[in-house]
Amino acid sequence: MTLHIDIPEETMSGILAKAFRNTAFVTGFVITVLILAMALVSYVWTPYDVTKLVIADKTQGPSLAHWFGTDHFGRDILSMIMVGARNSIAVALVAVGIGMGVGVPLGAFAAARGGLIDEALMRVNDLVFAFPALLSAIMITAIFGPGAVNAIIAIGIFNIPVFARVARAGALAIWPREFILAARAAGKSRTQISIEHVLPNIATLLLVQGTIQFALGILAEAGLSYLGLGAQPPMPSWGRMLFDAQTRMVVAPWMAIFPGMAIVITVLGLNLLGDGIADILDPKSRRQR
Amino acid sequence: MSLLEIENLSLTIGDTQILKGMELSVAPGEVMGLVGESGSGKSMTALTVMRLLPYAARASGRVSFDGIDILAATEDQMCALRGDDVGMVFQEPMTALNPVKTIGEQVAEGIRWHTKATRAGAEERARRMLDRVGLPQAKFPLSRYPHELSGGQRQRVVIAIACALKPKLLIADEPTTALDVVLQAQILDLLRDLVAESRMGLLLISHDLAVVTEMADRITILRRGEVMEAGDTARTLSEQLHPYTRQLAQASTHVPARARPHDTSQGKPLLQVEGVTRDYPGRRTSLFKRAVPIRAVDDVSLSMQPGQSVALVGRSGCGKSTLARMILALDKPSSGAIRFRGETTTGKSEAELKPARRDMQVVFQDPYGSFDPRQKVEKLVAEPLHVLDKKPTRAERREMVAHALHEVGLDQRDMDKYPHEFSGGQRQRLSIARAIITRPKLVVADEPVSALDVSIRAQILDLFAELNQKLGIAYLFITHDLTVARAITDQVLVMHDGKIVERGKTNEVLDHPQSEAAKALVAAAPDLHRAIARRMQEQG
Repeated sequence: MTLHIDIPEETMSGILAKAFRNTAFVTGFVITVLILAMALVSYVWTPYDVTKLVIADKTQGPSLAHWFGTDHFGRDILSMIMVGARNSIAVALVAVGIGMGVGVPLGAFAAARGGLIDEALMRVNDLVFAFPALLSAIMITAIFGPGAVNAIIAIGIFNIPVFARVARAGALAIWPREFILAARAAGKSRTQISIEHVLPNIATLLLVQGTIQFALGILAEAGLSYLGLGAQPPMPSWGRMLFDAQTRMVVAPWMAIFPGMAIVITVLGLNLLGDGIADILDPKSRRQR
Repeated sequence: MSLLEIENLSLTIGDTQILKGMELSVAPGEVMGLVGESGSGKSMTALTVMRLLPYAARASGRVSFDGIDILAATEDQMCALRGDDVGMVFQEPMTALNPVKTIGEQVAEGIRWHTKATRAGAEERARRMLDRVGLPQAKFPLSRYPHELSGGQRQRVVIAIACALKPKLLIADEPTTALDVVLQAQILDLLRDLVAESRMGLLLISHDLAVVTEMADRITILRRGEVMEAGDTARTLSEQLHPYTRQLAQASTHVPARARPHDTSQGKPLLQVEGVTRDYPGRRTSLFKRAVPIRAVDDVSLSMQPGQSVALVGRSGCGKSTLARMILALDKPSSGAIRFRGETTTGKSEAELKPARRDMQVVFQDPYGSFDPRQKVEKLVAEPLHVLDKKPTRAERREMVAHALHEVGLDQRDMDKYPHEFSGGQRQRLSIARAIITRPKLVVADEPVSALDVSIRAQILDLFAELNQKLGIAYLFITHDLTVARAITDQVLVMHDGKIVERGKTNEVLDHPQSEAAKALVAAAPDLHRAIARRMQEQG
């Protein structure tokens, strides 16, 4: 059929207009911004000092003074969640950064070279992928000692193969296109073509994968600190708070409910954001409404 | 009585008017040709008849098929019609078939759905239908998958699906545009026979006036959603009363004015290809047997003089694009040597190739795919400047891009636009601007006009001819379209199964082909004048 319905390349204002009609995107965006704001505010102000123990106020239920209650040391749970958000986001963000920073060039390189190099790189990639990520992260932190930095490295390493795969798959679809051939005929090297033509064309793909990995990173960080392998006390973290709450579930359920909610809402928000971005940027997923 | 009658049909999608007061009718056993350039609303007319329009489309007017008011029919009524009484053949046989289902399943699907036949009964009928369209049991069992078939064979399957239930009306939307001329002639023959056999009405949609003239009893010429002229094919096209009809007819047989071809008998050749062969690894049939390589290009030698315009013609899959890529040093020959300006280009590194790259450029077929959608024209057209020894400054670069755009008839302000802001013809101009910006000695053009409308095509051919005269650029035109070869080249090479089977002066080869391959190409090529003459003769 000669139905050349030209899909116009989006203008910035067009994308924004569409973004605001997309419920998933708006919800995810609002949640993410709120969590980020909370983390940032915690640097300058929290309702209470999270390192100060006030035994007199221990295990109090939610009240006007302590909205989310206090833990078994009398620390304000809202304040701890705010500071914990900072920690979770930092770990997940840097881990995604490591994954992207190493994985994307690796994947793009493999796609550009092809042949044996591609094969070898991707098989090593598969090998890393085959380890259960959390288990290996536990191994790494067990060897090098617990702490936020080691958690970042551990989660980061297991983000590499994800991004390498996505980047390679995206790049492989771009390489046979005619404009790449034209660039080659113009004498550009493979590296140059990868940077100038391939990466901009797979950027949206990576952006979507990035938000998803970000959510997974937050979960992984929570898991590691729950096991005591993440950020160390007195630095509060969501996973650690859940661990502390575990034995007091019956007497102080708020100690588990609020950090748990924080994790769920953050992950949900990021996933919605990722879905929303994918919907908005992918012309194929556009529906007639 | 007419089978299909369209009266005063108007169609809008969003705020865009697609069709305006469209009139058309098809009688049983009649072939109606619907001609127009892209965007004229041909496909939308077909989709209206099938009621397969996009959601945002609003149609008004009257469309009646066999006494049924199509625009008022319920979805259930339409489902009963589609595939049973109205069949449709699409342009792209690659995407019109489901890749994960066998051809037998796909042909039988419609039969089972509409006739409630048993699986065995439906397969039996599917088998007979595939035999009828020229896919016999022995070579094409029902269990074949679409990817195991060639383009022409797939189009036969699509036709088998459309005709399986002996529809009263068949709509064929550019059924042969994606095929080479020889396959096109075969598919058109098949359609003609099927129409004659079962007194089917055929609505043939095409941008190719010659194809429609050969096939259609009556013709409707559409432009921007309005019928320009309609009537008996032979009379309409021989009299050419309407100016637009005349314009279309002239554009489809357009030959650019060219001064005397360059004297090419002496001097050092620009390009020499010597005994070049390219093998691709074949598919392994067994773990222990070595795969038999597929030979795409087989011992090809040719030479081109500076300023010469050469056509490389052949059917699809004959190896012409592979040869072009090797000439452009984008692919390596398995054996043989390619010399450009006396220097060997085979086996050189990208850095050593830089001087050669400056002097050879390429124009691709698809004006939509040959530009990175995320870059602006300035960067895209300037891309080959990268091979210059001295990197131009930003101002110099803009100057050169502006000059190149001017040479291809575009405005220099266009350089800050993105490719999607241009039409197909304009993009092909951009493509040419990109190719000539380094003042190359050779431009390889791979089917540069086959994706364009006839009037745009005429303009682009003119541009090629003009640049050849003005800048002395040698062209290697790769095409399956002989009118293009005739219009713009001095020499022609005919390629078949990886070998060059015939070569010589363009007019001589095309008028008196010697080899089988060349004869087949010439015989199958649709020719407007010939088709009109034949039509007139038939009617006496």
